[in-house]
Amino acid sequence: MILLPAQVTPDLIAKAQARAPQLFAVPWHVSALRGLTAAVVVLYLLWAIAGLGLTWERFLLGFSKLGDVLRLMVPPSDGGFWADFVEGLSETLAMAFIGTFAAALIAVPLGFIGAKTVVANPLIHFFIRRFFDVFRATPALIWALIFITAVGLGPMAGVLALILSDFAALSKLYAEAIENADKRPVEGVVSSGAGGLLALRFGVLPQVLPIMLSQALYFFESNVRSAAIFGIVGAGGIGFHLNERIRLTQWDQAAFIILMFLVTVFIIDQMSYRIRRSLIAG
Amino acid sequence: MATATARFEAEYQTIRARALFWRAIVTVVIVALLLLSAYVSDFVPARLIDGLPKIGLFFENFLPGLRQDVLLEGERTEGSFLYWFYAWDIWGLALLTSINMAILATVASVMSGFALATLAARNLGVPGWLSFLAMRLADLLRTLPDLVLALVFVFAFGIGPFAGLLAIWLHATGALTKLYAEVIENINLNQVEGLRGAGGSWLQCVRFAVVPQVLPNVASYGLLRFEINVGAAAAIGFVGGGGIGQEFVNALQANWLQDAAAILAMVVVVIFLIDLLSERVRHRLIGGVA
Repeated sequence: MILLPAQVTPDLIAKAQARAPQLFAVPWHVSALRGLTAAVVVLYLLWAIAGLGLTWERFLLGFSKLGDVLRLMVPPSDGGFWADFVEGLSETLAMAFIGTFAAALIAVPLGFIGAKTVVANPLIHFFIRRFFDVFRATPALIWALIFITAVGLGPMAGVLALILSDFAALSKLYAEAIENADKRPVEGVVSSGAGGLLALRFGVLPQVLPIMLSQALYFFESNVRSAAIFGIVGAGGIGFHLNERIRLTQWDQAAFIILMFLVTVFIIDQMSYRIRRSLIAG
Repeated sequence: MATATARFEAEYQTIRARALFWRAIVTVVIVALLLLSAYVSDFVPARLIDGLPKIGLFFENFLPGLRQDVLLEGERTEGSFLYWFYAWDIWGLALLTSINMAILATVASVMSGFALATLAARNLGVPGWLSFLAMRLADLLRTLPDLVLALVFVFAFGIGPFAGLLAIWLHATGALTKLYAEVIENINLNQVEGLRGAGGSWLQCVRFAVVPQVLPNVASYGLLRFEINVGAAAAIGFVGGGGIGQEFVNALQANWLQDAAAILAMVVVVIFLIDLLSERVRHRLIGGVA
């Protein structure tokens, strides 16, 4: 018998429940385990929240201060420093561009070495991949701080940080692209008498180059964001100005810098998206 | 025959000339951008060569002077492992604060991200203007770097992990909303229609038709975000967001480079382990769907 939803009455439900109670109730040990897990999770989260060391006064004061900040941000104003801000922003873009370019350049040979299909030795493959992993696990900002201590404040530290944080991640992606490349072009090149490097150059590289370029562009997009942050700790670019305005509580200028940054990121993402799409399509 | 070959040859030459022309233009543009970037960011060979010895010197002081013969001795023996990690209890606690910050931020952003995504997804019958607004809000949160948000929150709530938590939560909410909205837009709508036909409200449709379909993906993206958040939580201390980052910056600024190296080693190992664990769980989650 098939019933429409409208025909199901509470009466019918009660009858069904009486006939097959196990369909309507969760077994007690399952519900006990669920309850216990939920209790542990909730207790852990409460403990973590307590560890934040927050008092009610600070919490409420914080929100009223946040309201003040938002009010003071309107209207954004350049405060007559727009030339400085543009210079800082172009420094950020320059850092991102040269950092990504250098990292991608280093990643191409490393990608070939890290690809199973090129270097077949499992031991070498294992160590190269772990080497990539260690560099990938270090946040870019830590590299920035390290290089500020080493070479001093300025964009140099930022560029070096971008290179070191990205080359390993790009190498891993490149190695995967090379491993996934079609083998038939390589066989074709080899059968016409070319070996070793020539086979890689004419059999593999044409296949993976668009992927490599597209991934480098993707990293450039994310590096513009990273490079903007680097300035906050002193590694050059627009973040320096932003940090300074926030310290001086000049919120209208801080808002101006943030807006400038958002617009720039939007434009770059759009451009990069177009180029990446045409690269993959071509 | 001859004319066909000639036509092919001519065609080939024009295509090749066009390709070379474009390649030349792209090369010139890239080289010009590169030179301009090098000039603007002051990343020139002379400065790089100037900086290399300093980097070498730094790493010489940064890397711990471990000695193999006394490696396992107590913390008073110079060159031993414990001597290097003499403050492991303080650093461990700070690292735990960072991890807790990442966990809380992830839990909060999975919930807020999912809620925002149900509004932003265009297939659940939410009015178009509301979806548009929800998506733009997510875009805004995603584009604002967490460190910039942290600067503002440190000003409002004072130095400490709460400011960092808020910053990571907002940024992660933006990132997750976009991913979750895409997942929701790809679900099978028959179940939603079935529930609606049975008289379910909008919330009931989301709970019983959408959530069961997207839960594995929501959890998997949440874990992926957790991996990112652990790194962010470690870094957010640099601007006063609490946790291990603050210890790292303090050590660097006081020029206790070996301390900084020990903290960095702890952070890298923990991030590495968390990534490994989370990757396992994610593969299992997604494998369960297929």
